[in-house]
Amino acid sequence: MEIPKSFLGYKRENGRAGTRNHVIILPVDDISNACAEAVANNIKGTIALPHSYGRLQFGADLELHFRTMIGTGSNPNVAAVIVIGIEPKWTKKIVDGIAKTGKPVEGFHIERTGDIGTVMKASKKAQEYVMWASEKQREECPISDLWISVKCGESDTTSGLAANPTVGNLMDKLEPLGVHLCFGETSELTGAEKVCATRGATKEASDKFMKTWSAYNDFILKEATDDLSESQPTAGNIAGGLTTIEEKAFGNFQKIGNCKFVDVLEPAEEPKKGKGLYFMDTSSAAAECVTLQAAAGFNIHLFPTGQGNIVGNPIEPVVKLTANPLTVKGMGEHIDCDVSKILSREMNMSQAGDKLIETTLKVANGRLTCAEALGHREFVMTKLYRSA
Amino acid sequence: MATDIIIHDQKDNVGVVVIEKITPKQDCKCWIMENDSSTTIQSVDEIPLGHKIAMADLKEGDTILKYGHDIGKVVKAIKKGEHVHVHNVKTKKW
Repeated sequence: MEIPKSFLGYKRENGRAGTRNHVIILPVDDISNACAEAVANNIKGTIALPHSYGRLQFGADLELHFRTMIGTGSNPNVAAVIVIGIEPKWTKKIVDGIAKTGKPVEGFHIERTGDIGTVMKASKKAQEYVMWASEKQREECPISDLWISVKCGESDTTSGLAANPTVGNLMDKLEPLGVHLCFGETSELTGAEKVCATRGATKEASDKFMKTWSAYNDFILKEATDDLSESQPTAGNIAGGLTTIEEKAFGNFQKIGNCKFVDVLEPAEEPKKGKGLYFMDTSSAAAECVTLQAAAGFNIHLFPTGQGNIVGNPIEPVVKLTANPLTVKGMGEHIDCDVSKILSREMNMSQAGDKLIETTLKVANGRLTCAEALGHREFVMTKLYRSA
Repeated sequence: MATDIIIHDQKDNVGVVVIEKITPKQDCKCWIMENDSSTTIQSVDEIPLGHKIAMADLKEGDTILKYGHDIGKVVKAIKKGEHVHVHNVKTKKW
């Protein structure tokens, strides 16, 4: 298949391109959710991103909170942002961070005004933004403007056999065209960590990966009451035939094909070393991982599943693929790309990779994903430790 | 072309059932992805889609190889053709 050299995206002020054109209402903290949701209800075409945190966090955990908030607002799939927090200082910090992209952003704080007054002021600005954004047209963008993140979920043995290698095949074909790629799931590489480390493009990248994985493993050994056998593999994984975390890890690892990773990113950290594959230190919980990758600037997500994970994200479209024919049959409304014919050997891996590239480009050009059509907007912040 | 079981790597001692299920004493066609070769095996147990079958007799303490890599240890002896899962294999981690 000849791979298209471009897609139709929204060009942003900072030179990036979006696959979507959202106007978001971003609450700084849990207690500002009501206000943000009221604004999104008033002004059609905007979306609120409610979440559970943002109060009394400190240290690295607070830094991650700000990085996730600023990164989400800065993502090129977002045209403009309304930020609403209880206090002015943290609200302004997030507004200033997003403003560096050059996109329209304005902050509102609730203290001394109350919800109703804030909703009124923020709604007026949100209306202005959404009407402005609605004039934007998709333009031809080079395929290298795609930043593709990947994460698998509700995996079974068909994931490692077919769906994950399909993503790997896509990576092998798109990496030479200059796209950014990102995989994560530190915990779910356990068992394959040494093999994964050999896939660093430099010794520095390999060492950084092992350091990140070891820090995670030390944490598990410290916090676990016995082991992770109740969580890893999950009950769904076991029902699907996965027996151990090692088996799950080698299946997971098929997603990166033959690519080598150029750097290891902190959660929600934007890649800075140019095109190519990055590893990000993330949880393996689907919504947390996708939220962190979206906050790092990735504009389209590929999600292979076995038993049928249904996750979506409010700003980054999540493309689902599966090779499990029972999942296609039982919950086809969640599957954007069916590669189950690999198992019956009616489709080879290269054909499956081509099919996934076609689906990915359709979605990049604006076709809704199943998760978008079904209203999946899971926005889940990662929290590193308890608040003060 | 059609296959009942797929094996990732020539070195593997387990294969994955890729049809809805295999039944006891079924003569199964196996495809080895790594080198595009074929083999056969007779099943002992009923095994559902996605679950593993032992391609050789395995004793307690043996290593299970899949993707050509170590994915855990045998904790209860397994005969060729039997179902391989959490009842007879455990992680080597933790």
